Amino acid sequence: MKLNLKIWRQNDAKSKGKMVQYPLDGVDGDMSFLEMLDVLNEELINKGEEPVEFDHDCREGICGACSLQINGEPHGPDRKITTCQLHMRKFNDGDTIVIEPFRANAFPVIKDLMVDRSAFDRIQQAGGYISVNTSGNTVDANAIPIEKEKADDAFNAATCIGCGACVAACKNASAMLFTSAKVSQFALLPQGQVEATDRVLNMVRQMDLEGFGNCTNTGACEVECPKGISLENIARMNREYVSASVKG
Amino acid sequence: MATLDSKVPSGPLADKWTKHKNDINLVNPANKRSIDVIVVGTGLAGGAAAATLAELGYNVKTFCYQDSPRRAHSIAAQGGINAAKNYQGDGDSFYRLFYDTVKGGDYRSREANVYRLAEVSANIIDQCVAQGVPFAREYGGLLDNRSFGGVLVSRTFYAKGQTGQQLLLGAYAAMNRQIHRGKIQTFNRHEMLDLVLVDGKARGIIARNLVSGEIERHSAHAVVLASGGYGNVFFLSTNAMGSNVMAAWRAHRRGAYFANPCYTQIHPTCIPVSGDHQSKLTLMSESLRNDGRIWVPKRLEDAKAIQEGKLKPTALKEEDRDYYLERRYPAFGNLVPRDVASRAAKERCDAGFGVNKTGEAVFLDFDAAIMRYGHEKALTSGINDADAALVRKLGEEVIEAKYGNLFQMYEKIVDENPYKTPMKIYPAVHYTMGGLWVDYNLQTTIPGCYAAGEANFSDHGANRLGASALMQGLADGYFVLPYTIGDYLSQDIRTGAIPTDSPEFDATEKDVKDRLEKLMSGKGTHSVDYYHKKLGKIMWNKCGMSRNEKELKEAIQEIAALRADFWENVRVPGSLDSKNQELEKAGRVADFLELGELFAKDALTRNESCGGHFREEYQTEEGEALRDDKNFKFVSAWEYKGEPKDAKLHKEELTYDNIELKTRSYK
Repeated sequence: MKLNLKIWRQNDAKSKGKMVQYPLDGVDGDMSFLEMLDVLNEELINKGEEPVEFDHDCREGICGACSLQINGEPHGPDRKITTCQLHMRKFNDGDTIVIEPFRANAFPVIKDLMVDRSAFDRIQQAGGYISVNTSGNTVDANAIPIEKEKADDAFNAATCIGCGACVAACKNASAMLFTSAKVSQFALLPQGQVEATDRVLNMVRQMDLEGFGNCTNTGACEVECPKGISLENIARMNREYVSASVKG
Repeated sequence: MATLDSKVPSGPLADKWTKHKNDINLVNPANKRSIDVIVVGTGLAGGAAAATLAELGYNVKTFCYQDSPRRAHSIAAQGGINAAKNYQGDGDSFYRLFYDTVKGGDYRSREANVYRLAEVSANIIDQCVAQGVPFAREYGGLLDNRSFGGVLVSRTFYAKGQTGQQLLLGAYAAMNRQIHRGKIQTFNRHEMLDLVLVDGKARGIIARNLVSGEIERHSAHAVVLASGGYGNVFFLSTNAMGSNVMAAWRAHRRGAYFANPCYTQIHPTCIPVSGDHQSKLTLMSESLRNDGRIWVPKRLEDAKAIQEGKLKPTALKEEDRDYYLERRYPAFGNLVPRDVASRAAKERCDAGFGVNKTGEAVFLDFDAAIMRYGHEKALTSGINDADAALVRKLGEEVIEAKYGNLFQMYEKIVDENPYKTPMKIYPAVHYTMGGLWVDYNLQTTIPGCYAAGEANFSDHGANRLGASALMQGLADGYFVLPYTIGDYLSQDIRTGAIPTDSPEFDATEKDVKDRLEKLMSGKGTHSVDYYHKKLGKIMWNKCGMSRNEKELKEAIQEIAALRADFWENVRVPGSLDSKNQELEKAGRVADFLELGELFAKDALTRNESCGGHFREEYQTEEGEALRDDKNFKFVSAWEYKGEPKDAKLHKEELTYDNIELKTRSYK
């Protein structure tokens, strides 16, 4: 099929960016979206132009690197997948496809479609862990029985891949879904209780410092999340936060 | 040929690690504060090592090419992690895990290292649970286990199909705690371009900031390489797009021996290549072979019709299908080991019986299983007069409960409903057992340079068992390296910070800059991917699932010629001092073009078949691998001597005092 691509080009964080049009022919429905961009890049290189930069790595939907806003939606029109799992058969011959980086003040553009998501790392560094040393002397793994349902809920929260689609989907560019996923994982597990108060306060403080917006319960994050992280996590984090604030 | 000292401690196998830990030197806590360690790569091995070293008090600097340590490719591991916990009471023990691993590796791994791996495996599970890793649990609240290929016990711990993700996020969390304390400094979006040696010791690295293009000098008292495997030398693999051999290869060029490069694991059940645009391959869990039957058409004209889309596989009569695994291996059928299944698929496709448009796919058919399960379900539901449609419906429900997520993933990628038409699968490269040679302490042949995880060679011999990669990465990172490195660093308590303005840093940085400029100066018309794809084709066709002398010799010639062409003609757009993905790729492919040749040379030198290394000349009458313990019971460790063709072979003889060498048989 033949496509009309409109792609955000920006030299570096300081330059001004703009949309550039690229017609692309010979696109196969079996190609993934990123393979379609590979074809475009090969063409650009052969013409002596600079290829389009974008983040990608595992190309199987788990590393969370890919981060494209496609026709206004993070990871494009399909549901519960990342950009690398989106296939071109979801588009039609002659389509115009608008490709932008994830937009948020807390995610500055590095180049073209590549953004800086280190704010997510700093939120995790503020408390997204259980303080246990690698001694080899921790209690036997089965000494802490955990209700299956809670363990499964903790797992579901823990499957967040940190891609940032929630932020890109949110009109407030809020990182509540991301932050609450980690807070929830530990809030649901007995191992996480000891540091629960400090964890939620510190992670929320860091989230605010990074310049993410607030949550107004629109729910766009949940819809666009490639891993289906539930809004319930935000509710749980709010409860944790209130009770921590009272204690703190 | 020189011999290599593995530094395996003396004494009984089961006591070696404890004794060794008691014998090695320690660094006191105050002195650790003045010692710096660089860790390159932040996957399971690197992330775990960085966190533990920082907990111990060392100053750690981590480097990864991704934008965050959380994206290392360990994240993509699906199945699980082995540990000899014996929670199921099925007779598991350290010895059994050790035995299975050595046997699975076709008797080409080092006994003492493997026993230690089995020994610390139990600690890994305790540690991860304490960190809050949400492993699968039973209704009683205790941890669940499952069984994996080729073993007789259930020792695999898992977190649905995302075990690697959960373990990596555990190690990442442990890192974050130390980053927050200021004990780990992270250099994300950085790539190590060279190793700096001072007085013969590893004392730092030259790295490129991938965003600004700046070349940076970083010094340390020791350098840990945990940069993963080199499966991407084949271009197409289940590795991440950025996975590369640069850190290990740069160390090799500076004197670290590279061991067993030809040992590669090719996984039989991956989604096939769909066309020339293909950039990577996706694994489908091995568990599917429990219920799927593998076949191709018996007649070439039927295969051709299927390739051209003129014939539907479901229309082909039973007697016109060749269930080649069941035919060739009646005892194991579709459940033969990975290497055997992979080779058999290649053999059929090479003979023209492939079933997709590229001719490189075989069918994995669930129809029989659907009908069998459906029939059983109908009977147990008290439906005695179920018609075929109802049986099929019930059977599909059973299959969906077992493999639903895999079927859905397949459908997303291929756009075919695997309940209605057989899956198409083909083998793909997904793990490399070879890597930097290390001794018992995980130190390479360069003092102060260590290698952990997939980047080293030590534990899996010629073939890795399922669910053992995660175990090895975390064992090395959490429980082995942080101890053994102390023995070396104890010499450095009075050294003080290593300066970066020494002639050694000057010279290495100059080498790096010259090389980058040379990469940029190629005047040709071909992109980096053009060369990478060509290399991948040579590797796949001549150094892949089965190898022979003639083709290996051709591969060596062809790779050398391709490398010369690459340096002359590659086109790298953009500039040195900015984000430049083509430059990054060019540097990596340049190293693959050297490694690939050494790989072929290693395969040519090893005149036997073992594990993932199958030489057509060395097989039994039934087409099975023919090992030669008399002449090849050694590790091949290659010393860099300029061109790969001049690499010098060193041998580490392997001794088996605690296990009897046997021929693996699946008939």
